Amino acid sequence: MARTAKALGSGLAGAWVWALAGAAQAVQPYNMPVGVTEISREVYDLHMIIFWICVAIGVVVFGAMFYSILKHRKSKGHEPAQFHESTTVEIIWTVIPFAILIFMAVPAAKTLIQMYDASDADMTVKITGYQWKWKYDYVDEGISFYSNLATPADQIYASAKKDDNYLLEVDNELVVPVGKRIRFLITADDVIHAWWVPDLAVKKDAIPGFINDFWTKIDKPGVYRGQCAELCGRYHGFMPIVVRAVEPAEYEQWVAEHKAKSMAEADADAAEAG
Amino acid sequence: MSSATAHEAHHEEHPSGIMRWITTTNHKDIGTLYLWFAFIMLFIGGAMALVIRAELFQPGLQFVDPQFFNSMTTMHALIMIFGAVMPAFTGLANWLIPMMIGAPDMALPRMNNWSFWILPFAFTILLSTLFMEGGGPAGGWTLYPPLTLQTGHALPFVILSIHMMGLSSIMGAINIIATVLNMRAPGMTLMKMPLFVWTWLITAYLLIAVMPVLAGGVTMLLTDKFFGTSFFNAAGGGDPVMFQHIFWFFGHPEVYILILPSFGVISSIVPTFARKPLFGYSSMVYATASIAFLSFIVWAHHMFTVGMPLSGELFFMFATMLIAVPTGVKVFNWVATMWKGAMTFETPMLFALGFIIMFTIGGFSGLMLAIAPADFQYHDSYFVVAHFHYVLVPGSVFAIIAAVYYWLPKWTGHMYNERLGKIHFWLSTIFVNLTFFPMHFVGLAGMPRRIPDYALQFADYNALSSIGAFGFGLSQLLFLYIVIQAVRGGAKADDKVWEGAQGLEWTLPSPPPYHSFSTPPVVK
Repeated sequence: MARTAKALGSGLAGAWVWALAGAAQAVQPYNMPVGVTEISREVYDLHMIIFWICVAIGVVVFGAMFYSILKHRKSKGHEPAQFHESTTVEIIWTVIPFAILIFMAVPAAKTLIQMYDASDADMTVKITGYQWKWKYDYVDEGISFYSNLATPADQIYASAKKDDNYLLEVDNELVVPVGKRIRFLITADDVIHAWWVPDLAVKKDAIPGFINDFWTKIDKPGVYRGQCAELCGRYHGFMPIVVRAVEPAEYEQWVAEHKAKSMAEADADAAEAG
Repeated sequence: MSSATAHEAHHEEHPSGIMRWITTTNHKDIGTLYLWFAFIMLFIGGAMALVIRAELFQPGLQFVDPQFFNSMTTMHALIMIFGAVMPAFTGLANWLIPMMIGAPDMALPRMNNWSFWILPFAFTILLSTLFMEGGGPAGGWTLYPPLTLQTGHALPFVILSIHMMGLSSIMGAINIIATVLNMRAPGMTLMKMPLFVWTWLITAYLLIAVMPVLAGGVTMLLTDKFFGTSFFNAAGGGDPVMFQHIFWFFGHPEVYILILPSFGVISSIVPTFARKPLFGYSSMVYATASIAFLSFIVWAHHMFTVGMPLSGELFFMFATMLIAVPTGVKVFNWVATMWKGAMTFETPMLFALGFIIMFTIGGFSGLMLAIAPADFQYHDSYFVVAHFHYVLVPGSVFAIIAAVYYWLPKWTGHMYNERLGKIHFWLSTIFVNLTFFPMHFVGLAGMPRRIPDYALQFADYNALSSIGAFGFGLSQLLFLYIVIQAVRGGAKADDKVWEGAQGLEWTLPSPPPYHSFSTPPVVK
């Protein structure tokens, strides 16, 4: 028995060392990203406020509990008290949580109302979810393309070295300008999908037969990656989202190039059909 | 006198061997059947969880096809919810409610037999779908259309098995309500009932209210698939989101069905080992009732991202936040019960304390999820997976384990091995946290749930979770060993078993007679 306990102890110690070593070398993200939009920062703040409220309540409740566990033991000769009711106490610990909730509800409602206001958009992109890819239509520009997973199969199924953006890379990125209010219309062609980019704090379901909308305004140029968030079948884990936010001038240039390309493709299709 | 003895003896007679179990109408036998059934399902559902965790141990697809992975997540949930946790609580109710209220048996013994014996058939059908053309159900246990309508031959069988589980649950619930309302010993008023009885009474009403809603929802799926209706098909004038509303109108009360009886268990165990009466009995009853009421008006917080109108989002956010109040009251009352008690820490108490701490952690993440704007980030991520596993595994499952350790000496007449029980507690607690705590991190960092493969930045935490899951799974084999050991023999348990135990069940011999109270005790 003692030997088992010892072996178990060293096993656990080993696991801890391994875990700590992992944690030390890991710069792996462990919290919600602050993100690159005003909304994403507000969401992050809400997340941290509610988190610290939970921590504070936890410290008080678990503190009282552990104090009691340590002090009020039979083995220490503690005699049990017999009290078992107090209306005053019950009222106090009903009212205080209620007050905390109201304190929390106000900023949450404010952010939510802002998120729901998709008016005054500078441009509109329509997103369509398919099993298992995304399609983007730039409504005003007439640009339209599919965006597929770009990770090669040998990285997924075989032992080929996985690159940094494994499973989070696509053939055609969604290119958008920074500093503009972009309105997204989202639907799906087959089953329900969900479009989620954590850095933008947007997640919206793509529902066949219905159109949802949401908006974002990106502050910082960069590449922001996300994934489908609603189970959509066999390759649900393999339909990533890549948003490339660029300066407006660069965006205009991209639009010009792609318009020409889209037109040429349309002509080619027409020629083929004819 | 002699005629009374003969009468008693006649009642003690029952077939032996397998026929005893098939034909039994005895609440203890049926309770035992439910508990063993739940135990078997725990291991089957657990094996599926280990398939999931093996695949997720490192990035890349190593062991299973993504479609099979999806059917593992779907089946794991259905089996754990309907096959393990719910039957385990019904088993506890069968064993304990008659003994706690001073009754000889359940009110409707034949229905009791039937409600159990439906289950093995329901789960045989459900499990058999894994071998059908197109594989088992793989659209998630939430069965959202249109995805679920892509299921192969399995779909009608899954729906049939859900109907059977629903029937079983409803019959179990009717039986519990009939028993509690009609068979209490003289003097046992409603407000004197042990909290386990109260929480089960309320749970039974929840079951009767929502299982038919689920039945309606899945029947609509069936007619959409096979009879040309378009309830959930936009092209035919239907709405796929309507299914989600129907499902979660069932689904949210369902999560309280999975947790309320645990509150009753913990409210029995903590006073016993603190040697002090439960603090705030009546507020515990009212808090349970409030939670049950609120559970009917918060369902759409599972659907914050479907594009509900703003007013809907606000309503469901506020209503959901309110649940924190009665749930908080319960936790505070348990801590106040411990306060200034004279505590000892036998295995049931350890599991109860583990429950209180880890269920509260799950409650905290629940409160975070209620904040709709933040939920847009949490929704359908591993953060949600962490949340509901904290309330279900170190929550409901720990409560069930605590209950088994607490009442096993009463049921079998033998003490279990205390030393092994404590080892089981510490292994379970360490591994359950190793499994589920890192899931908070990967979820916040952006890992969606229900994916068989993931980006490289999630690799370390997933490896930890997988190690934890295998450790937790293996630890439960120790539990199986401890239970079997106690059933077969061991130190004789006295009637009261625990020094601080209160309640009618402890006035019966250990093990109790075949018919619990043939003469009703008088409760003052």
